[in-house]
Amino acid sequence: MTAVDDRATAASSADGGPRMEVGNARRRKEDAHLLTGRTTWTDNMTLPGMLHLAILRSPMAHAKITRIDASEAKSRPGVIAVFTGQDFAETQGDIPCAWPVTADMVNPGHPSLAVTQVNHVGEAVAVIVARDKAAAQDALEAVDIDYEQLPAVLDMEAALAEGADLVHPNTTSNKSYTWVFESGAAGTGQPIDDVLNAAEVTLKRRFIQQRLIPAFMEPRSTVVQPVGEGFTMWSSTQVPHILRTMLALTVGVPEHKVRVIAPDVGGGFGGKLQVTPEEVICALVARKLGKSVKYTESRSESVMSAHHGRDQIQDITITARRDGTVTGLDVHLLANMGAYLRLVSPGIPVLGAFMFNSIYKFDAYRFTCDGVFTTKTPTDAYRGAGRPEATFAIERIMDELAAELDMDPMELRRKNWIRHEEFPFTTVSGMTYDSGNYEAATDKALSLLGWDELIAEQARRRASKDPVQLGLGISTFTEMCGLAPSRVLGALSYVAGGWENAAIRVLATGKVEVITGVSGHGQGHETAWSQIVADQLGVPFEDIEVIHGDTQSAPKGMDTYGSRSLVVGGIAVVKAAEKVVEKARAIAAHMLEANPDDLDFAGGNFSVKGSPGNSKSIQDVAFATFTAHDLPDGIEPSIDSDATFDPANFSFPHGTHLCAIEVDTETGRATIRKYVCVDDIGEVINPLIVEGQVHGGLAQGIAQALYEEAVYDAEGNLTTGSFVDYLVPSAADLPSFITDRTVSASTTNPLGVKGVGEAGTIASTPAVVNAVVNALRPYGVNDIQMPCTPERIWRALSEGAEKSSPAAAGTVAHGGASTSSSDGSDAAEGGRL
Amino acid sequence: MIPASFDYVRPSSIAEAVQAVGSAGEDAKVLAGGQSLLPVLRLRMSYPDTLIDLGGIAELRGVREDADAIVIGSMTTHDEVTRHPLIKQYAPLLAQATETVGDRQVRHLGTFGGSLSHADPAGDLPTVALTLDAQLHVEGPNGSRVIAAKDFFLDYLTTALEPGEILTAIRIPKLGEGWSSHYEKFNRVAQAWSIVSVAAVVRRDNGAIAESKIGLTNMGSTPLRASAVEGALVGAVVSPEAIGEASSHAAEGTNAPSDLSGRADYRNHLAKVLTKRAVLAAAHR
Repeated sequence: MTAVDDRATAASSADGGPRMEVGNARRRKEDAHLLTGRTTWTDNMTLPGMLHLAILRSPMAHAKITRIDASEAKSRPGVIAVFTGQDFAETQGDIPCAWPVTADMVNPGHPSLAVTQVNHVGEAVAVIVARDKAAAQDALEAVDIDYEQLPAVLDMEAALAEGADLVHPNTTSNKSYTWVFESGAAGTGQPIDDVLNAAEVTLKRRFIQQRLIPAFMEPRSTVVQPVGEGFTMWSSTQVPHILRTMLALTVGVPEHKVRVIAPDVGGGFGGKLQVTPEEVICALVARKLGKSVKYTESRSESVMSAHHGRDQIQDITITARRDGTVTGLDVHLLANMGAYLRLVSPGIPVLGAFMFNSIYKFDAYRFTCDGVFTTKTPTDAYRGAGRPEATFAIERIMDELAAELDMDPMELRRKNWIRHEEFPFTTVSGMTYDSGNYEAATDKALSLLGWDELIAEQARRRASKDPVQLGLGISTFTEMCGLAPSRVLGALSYVAGGWENAAIRVLATGKVEVITGVSGHGQGHETAWSQIVADQLGVPFEDIEVIHGDTQSAPKGMDTYGSRSLVVGGIAVVKAAEKVVEKARAIAAHMLEANPDDLDFAGGNFSVKGSPGNSKSIQDVAFATFTAHDLPDGIEPSIDSDATFDPANFSFPHGTHLCAIEVDTETGRATIRKYVCVDDIGEVINPLIVEGQVHGGLAQGIAQALYEEAVYDAEGNLTTGSFVDYLVPSAADLPSFITDRTVSASTTNPLGVKGVGEAGTIASTPAVVNAVVNALRPYGVNDIQMPCTPERIWRALSEGAEKSSPAAAGTVAHGGASTSSSDGSDAAEGGRL
Repeated sequence: MIPASFDYVRPSSIAEAVQAVGSAGEDAKVLAGGQSLLPVLRLRMSYPDTLIDLGGIAELRGVREDADAIVIGSMTTHDEVTRHPLIKQYAPLLAQATETVGDRQVRHLGTFGGSLSHADPAGDLPTVALTLDAQLHVEGPNGSRVIAAKDFFLDYLTTALEPGEILTAIRIPKLGEGWSSHYEKFNRVAQAWSIVSVAAVVRRDNGAIAESKIGLTNMGSTPLRASAVEGALVGAVVSPEAIGEASSHAAEGTNAPSDLSGRADYRNHLAKVLTKRAVLAAAHR
């Protein structure tokens, strides 16, 4: 639990020194305006003469467009224009893919408005422009389109088979790429085949990462205003800077004529890390008509058109010695790209390549990923992006290996993880983990859970054949945060760097503006950055304003995703603050008639060493630069600064998550009884923000384990097209979380921070599923496909009872393939209202 | 998400409402709390010409006692139902089931009569009305009539309301001495519809079930009574074994749907488990 610190101004600590802001659980500056709605959401924007768009979307998963007749729609009241893909065929370009993971990756192209063919339900086909939103939506039904239906391509294995129907006519197969890492070739370990061949114990499992919908709270919204030769775009995006560059290249407007503003943005979870067809369409229409336009999607449009996440088939082979020492890990992924490659689609599964080996010491490792096209919504970043998939697979198979070897699953982990004294440690995938203490986090978590008591209760319930069984699940995870060292991104063929920028302006009155290149959309950057700068410059928290999310006022940045904001952007702020202090030091020295080297800087004051009474505050110095009446020769009248920081390494948060779950064997319902997580995210700027990130992350990870799944029917329609069928859990469905931390400071940045935005999501999913399987192992169950719905658990119990004994070693879990994600839809009907 | 355009009428009395519904013709829809109708309109799955909003009719709201029954106005909100002392005292099953409907916002807008008229077989309140042998009071162009709950629910989203008729009140017999009840709801998240739920009303006599009424939610195209269970429960000792045995008949005569929340065989299984739990819980109240 975290106590809230609401003190108004920086006070003095008990020892008389300045009390630090970093570490205080301040309530967030931004909450009052966000929670009351007295703020700028994109959809609140109104510009003079603004027109409204409605987008007609494909009802077909896969079809040729043979005819479009928009004449009646054009004649509807209030309608200004109707455009189809043909109207923009020459100007719309393709939605950019910034991550060609291999030299021979196939990218069939991605028009914003379909021109000749649609490849997923929900794809934009036509756009209505009208004087008001209702008129635009009314005219949608008047657009007459003839489709020639093509076979839906839904199953990844079938899509890769010989003679499969092709999603794209301009390709020769549905495979986009194959990306391989092998430790022998990379020089990071032994050749994998040698280790596999020599294995004493080999275990293979297939895990299904179901398709998920990011379900950000604020639907996507875009406003475009033509300005001179270019335009200004307001958009509900995580990435205004990337969007600006990519829009310039896509639409063909010089970058300096494009301004992108991300006003207050209501969540993203990776779902707004994108250059969307809708954004491009808004820009095209606004420029064509010379009018401002607005488009805001409905939730129904959002769930079928905004990119989805996960959707992998994971075939995992682990080898070990009989004593439980793991030796080799062989990972083969089929990663569903959906119909198109979007901004970083191909790179998402590849990010997981470095995390499957996790905290364990393997001799050899291979990772192979095939990116596959299907006629489903494109996939891309979703909270964790590659790392939840990896963590799930390794943590699940460690439990299966423990069962196979008849070992305690925690003992198996302890035997194989990197010991505290072994850091820094270079793993078999080539990552160098700088710090960590898995023993400390695990011991704390076990104690908080009351592991031994629950194990005893589990034994009692098993002995008494209690209809409610208890399961205990473990996830000892790590992740890589702080995307990313630019050199690493270059080696992975990403088209941009991973640096971040910050600037600081000290105003005449001593107030401070911090300009940051990250683009918060709910994270609390305004508060955390203020806390950092308050300490760095010794100015009051309240005197700091954080400016972000506008390419004009915060012109340089790489935006917010991948738990990078603090670890990269926050460090850029520190670097900028250090520059301010150094510039101010020279002027303060002049004012104090001392040598700059003889000045101390503490609590916002420069003082001459040995005579603390003789001092000038940083505000005094700022005012001196404002008047500039008496500055040393050759010194510019400014202490403002600008810094760009490129991290030398990732950071590696880790932790131990434990879940106790009750499984009602009569109904199949799994109910979390107790959830404990001890996260090691390094030093903490604001414990309250961290607590919020952990809680929200846990909710989303648990949601994957128990609740959420995007399901398509046999024709490729999204059956879970609303929140009636796509079940996002609420607080009412989740337990009270027990959270704690250990601190192994990151050694790769001056704040010692590691990032926390994705930890809960990455760690929690396998903890929950391991708990469910642990509860049911005596019933012959060794896997339940996610989400572990009551029906799936009930069916697994029924099948397990028939088998009466656990699946034999070395076999594929029976839960895996038998209930593929489209199976339950034999009579599926969506849309209960 | 904007509905197609429609005319909007807001009558202030039942008589005005009946007239408005009559004159609006076939393509009119009656708006109660809007918790099902408005999403349908916004998704453009329905295009009514006219919307007749019953929200301004004071006589359709409230709960009163009438001899051996309580009478609930059709426009009484779920929230009012859950908090009303007469309902808590004489129809605790209704209060308990209503508390599980949607979320707080839904319960402040949604109405008892709207839920019954919508007749979604996954809805909880049609089952409650059926189980409690409610009498539904209806006003229409040909005057008023009373329909028993067992005759009211005809099919999926289909009731015995004739064109132009409006449900005005629901009369529920007071739960008698020695009777107790329980609603056992099974859904995946708190705000979700029932996968299967069971309403149980039982009268105990000397440690055994003397009489019972068992209702099933989402086990067919309408709410259903588990009459085989009701028969088997007569004289059953209140023990898990005996109640379980009687409950094994719960799926008889049902026609459970198969959808994303569960296939029919799973629902049949759930019906038995949940009936046993509902009866035991009711008997132990």
